[in-house]
Amino acid sequence: MKDNIEDNKANSPLESLPMHRKAVGYNHTKATLALAKASFRSITRSPSAVIFTLAFPLIFIIVFGFIGGGGIKLDVAVAPGSDLQNPVIAALEKTGIIRLTKNDTQENIDKNLEKGAYDALISVEKNPNGLPAYFTNVKYTSASLTNGNVLKSVLNDLAHQLNTVNQKPTVTEIRATTITGRLHRTIDFILPGQLGFSLLSTGVFGTAFIFFALRQNLVIKRFFATPVRRSSIVLGEAIARIGFALLGALFIIIIGHFAFNFTLINGVVTVINMIVLATIGIIVFMGFGFVVSGLAKSESTIPPISNIITLPQFLLSGTFFSINAFPTWLQPISRALPLTYLNDAMRKVAFEGANLWDVKQQILIMVVWGIGIYAIAVKTFKWE
Amino acid sequence: MTDKKAIISVNNLVKHYGEFKAVQGLSFEVYENEIFGLLGPNGAGKTTTLEIIETLREKTSGEVLVDGLNVDSDANAIKQIIGVQLQAAGYYPNLNLVELLELFAGLYGVNVTPMEMLAKVNLQDKAKAKYKELSGGQKQRFSIATTLINSPKIVFLDEPTTGLDPQARRNLWDLISEIRNNGTTVVITTHYMDEAEQLCDRVAFVEAGKIIALDTPDQLIDNLIAGGFERKKEVKAANLEDVFINLTGKAWRE
Repeated sequence: MKDNIEDNKANSPLESLPMHRKAVGYNHTKATLALAKASFRSITRSPSAVIFTLAFPLIFIIVFGFIGGGGIKLDVAVAPGSDLQNPVIAALEKTGIIRLTKNDTQENIDKNLEKGAYDALISVEKNPNGLPAYFTNVKYTSASLTNGNVLKSVLNDLAHQLNTVNQKPTVTEIRATTITGRLHRTIDFILPGQLGFSLLSTGVFGTAFIFFALRQNLVIKRFFATPVRRSSIVLGEAIARIGFALLGALFIIIIGHFAFNFTLINGVVTVINMIVLATIGIIVFMGFGFVVSGLAKSESTIPPISNIITLPQFLLSGTFFSINAFPTWLQPISRALPLTYLNDAMRKVAFEGANLWDVKQQILIMVVWGIGIYAIAVKTFKWE
Repeated sequence: MTDKKAIISVNNLVKHYGEFKAVQGLSFEVYENEIFGLLGPNGAGKTTTLEIIETLREKTSGEVLVDGLNVDSDANAIKQIIGVQLQAAGYYPNLNLVELLELFAGLYGVNVTPMEMLAKVNLQDKAKAKYKELSGGQKQRFSIATTLINSPKIVFLDEPTTGLDPQARRNLWDLISEIRNNGTTVVITTHYMDEAEQLCDRVAFVEAGKIIALDTPDQLIDNLIAGGFERKKEVKAANLEDVFINLTGKAWRE
């Protein structure tokens, strides 16, 4: 300690010289970047930020990525005692959408049919009296009517094909062809939704919590005792949060693309377009966060208020299901929410290869939301 | 104190919060390179006065000059030459001490080596610790380190020793004396009269928004005695705190 004192004494006359020059040339950019750096470090160490931005969306993506691989699968049990070496079973196995279970017990089959774990029970028997060569008996279950109907049409189609083998059609032959389209996987729908959800929660929860905490713990007041500007505080915080959210978005897109074949129709250009959309999204959602931080009276009121903003959007903005699946009275509400347009734009860009100009309507609606929410934020935000 | 050049002059300072008159016409000067104590009960207006000088709060009327700069027109220039420790202020969450000091260096626009700043307050060992994890005395020492980042001319300390044990308190006195000895003016508020008596070169007593006495601690005590005051209890050559320090040692406990 003694040594320090003498050091300082020696230095202080020298130090006082540049200090007066500093009074003129205070660098606001440096202050802003120092805040951005501090905030970014803080965010990466905050468990809730990492969970909401990365973990939750990734879990949903992984879950849907695995279950959504090949469209519909039908579970069909083959009755014990059924003939197995026949063209019907062989054809069913070839369809690729039917999973046949051949060695289950009758008791187990009945139980699972009731639950809908099996979509149907099938048994094939040879016709001892000649033609037709086989009888195919199908038992559907009311527990799985939709899949039963799919199976019904598969079987009809199959029966027709098998019955017309080696026969000239008598009236007409339908020559249907299918255009080879882009395969639309579940991930192509789910990932943009999860990206939107990630941006929404990072924007709202993160911003609300940090500004409330900074205000409540007098951190901002201490900042005000330095020459830093208010705009630098907001800007520094925004840079960090936007940066973190975009890194998260990039991470989600890359994992989705390489691990689950998420479609990026124009490759890197698509990614850049998605990042631009994500930036617009996070800025709008941070506006909600500023409003919440101003409205919250205590730390415990932040989650409920934030949930009022995020949950309806999470459920109604087409994060998991297309909003076309909602009842008509609900759809106008969905179409009023900003996340709906972010999700919509993201999907158009990623899957349909739309450019940003093509989704200008969605962007415009988000910008309108942004202007509205920041107008409210300016009124409700509190510094002290 | 031979030159007695005023570095802070407060003239007829008034602050009203609605109907409540927190500060009612305060006038005083703080001299360069002294430790100046603002003493008084809670709610007397000490913190309000400090925050007005620190440019954190608007005044209702009066004039405040800090190193010749006016709080009304030169707030930003004042912020660059003062260091401020707030009562009960927290720090940015999830950052360690070195990172917090880097942040403050950026906010003040200066280049400092965080470890050197920590060495000044003897917290090198806690470089990687979070502020929350520090003891009361360490927290106060760290707060003081943040006030020294911009090599300020004046440091403001608002109740820095409240809630500390006697050892930590004495350590802080040493630190504050060092800061003064390095050529920095210190303005401090406290509730502890023994602290003011030992530490402060001059003290002002604030009561209900007014200054009711201002002088060196010695002179104020002499004045009281000259007025015929006598302690009811016989004064002993030591007090209980001396016993405490004597028994438990002066070593730092953190």
